[in-house]
Amino acid sequence: MSDRDYTLSELCIVACAEAFRGDGEILASGMGLLPRLGAGLAKLSFSPDLLLNDAECTLVSEPIPPGPRTAPLAVEGWLPFRRVFELLWSGKRHAMTMPTQLDKWGYCNISMIGDPDQPKVQLLGVRGIPGNTINHPCSYFVPNHSVRTMVAKVDMASSIGHDPARWKPGVRKDFGELRRVITNLAVFDFGGPDHLMRLLSVHPGQTVEGVTEQTGFAFARADSVGETPVPDTEQLRIIREVIDPNDTRAGAVKE
Amino acid sequence: MNKRMTARSVVAELRDGMTIGVGGWGARRKPMALVREIARSPLTDLTLVTYGGPEVGILCALGKVKKLVFGFVSLDLIPLDAHFRAARQAGKLPDVMEIDEGMLQWGLKAAMIRVPFLPCRAGLGTDVEALNPGLRTVESPYDDKEVLMAMPALELDAAIVHVDHCDERGNGQVLGPDPYFDDLFCGAAKKRYVSCEAILPTDEMTNQGCIHSMVLNRTLTDGVVEAPLGAHPTACVPKYGIDLEHLKEYSATAKDAELWSAYKAKYVDVDHDAYVNAVGGVERVGQIPAPIF
Repeated sequence: MSDRDYTLSELCIVACAEAFRGDGEILASGMGLLPRLGAGLAKLSFSPDLLLNDAECTLVSEPIPPGPRTAPLAVEGWLPFRRVFELLWSGKRHAMTMPTQLDKWGYCNISMIGDPDQPKVQLLGVRGIPGNTINHPCSYFVPNHSVRTMVAKVDMASSIGHDPARWKPGVRKDFGELRRVITNLAVFDFGGPDHLMRLLSVHPGQTVEGVTEQTGFAFARADSVGETPVPDTEQLRIIREVIDPNDTRAGAVKE
Repeated sequence: MNKRMTARSVVAELRDGMTIGVGGWGARRKPMALVREIARSPLTDLTLVTYGGPEVGILCALGKVKKLVFGFVSLDLIPLDAHFRAARQAGKLPDVMEIDEGMLQWGLKAAMIRVPFLPCRAGLGTDVEALNPGLRTVESPYDDKEVLMAMPALELDAAIVHVDHCDERGNGQVLGPDPYFDDLFCGAAKKRYVSCEAILPTDEMTNQGCIHSMVLNRTLTDGVVEAPLGAHPTACVPKYGIDLEHLKEYSATAKDAELWSAYKAKYVDVDHDAYVNAVGGVERVGQIPAPIF
């Protein structure tokens, strides 16, 4: 694929940005490098009303390029953690995070692998994922799509998901929305039967069969599974010159 | 009124088995001087309630933690705390209450305002519910009948927090960009101890920052401890950032008992003045820039 003029990281940034299409005046939280760049690209291309923050407590009106800061932040507001909780519980946010495991109903795990009393691998803890996923739109980015990350059942459900058995009567499910899953191989949503994860497109060079082999569960397929759109000239310009001039994205996903 | 105390006199008021809330967030504005004083004491069987940072790893490594109430443990610039992971993976800390970050502040708020619980949606439908059978739900008494998580009050025996400045009366000032939840930790606790970079006359303190920086009023505090660099190796912006070099050194000791005992001898089993010297003093630490996330 040496003839193409974009990298897989850049294609994934564009696919991440697409998840934010149609979002209005809400906070776009991209956690992790490519989700963050995707949120920035969405704001600078088709969702200009999005709010962005600096992962600490500042709302900014322009994406912050990762790496050394060469310009002052374009501050437009204050968002300490307490206000983050208020904002997200009020639904005015779309977060894209990078789970360690993800299953067919959208349950993600960033907490631990193995036995809860003595994990084989202790990860971060659930962080704000339970509150995020039940209160506002959430998407996921998986940089290393394989049967180890896209699993039949997560070791710990840090998030909500679409398994009906886990929803008690009277609990409101309608505030949350699991929107997109972008991986290094493909793009999914949850439009399958009973909100099963559904394949929307495969990245150039990938096949549906290959993606199926790399996935630890059976997923639904869109009526016509296409190829993930490749970055256009303007998107590449924004990525390379504006939102990531330091090329921190190089190597973020393996080619 | 004079609430001045020493770190040692603070820890002398703590008891085995207490539930202790720790202010700050991850590797930011943690009351590490007080944590190290706890580490040097014979205290044991503690329950920690925290937005976890290196205090969790240090106290776990010393076997002082019986239970952890947390949403995460992270060193921010290093995503995971190696000592916390080691304790969990060795089965030395089976008793955890792992909850959503927002649930944690809600539990503190409930304790502060003296209600048994506060409702929220966070946690419902996740393994936070499944793995914490003590959590209950509540049905709205109004016509909507919505079923909500009833986040129980997280009542603390003691809270320890670190801020920029206090006066002797126990008013506290945070000059950094985020007050985190230190006021809730204090509000939820029976005994509240605040370490600070400097104890100042009240007017000198209030002249240094806008009125919003006065985040702890003195109804929220029982003791104030002057401890310059008292948050190190975590950040106390604007005075100093996260000492990543130190956190790397700390993290590397989790895999090797000898390295850990050398770390402990150099940085834990020493008084605060010796600690400050060991980490390079105000001259070095004061030059660490604010972290970029």
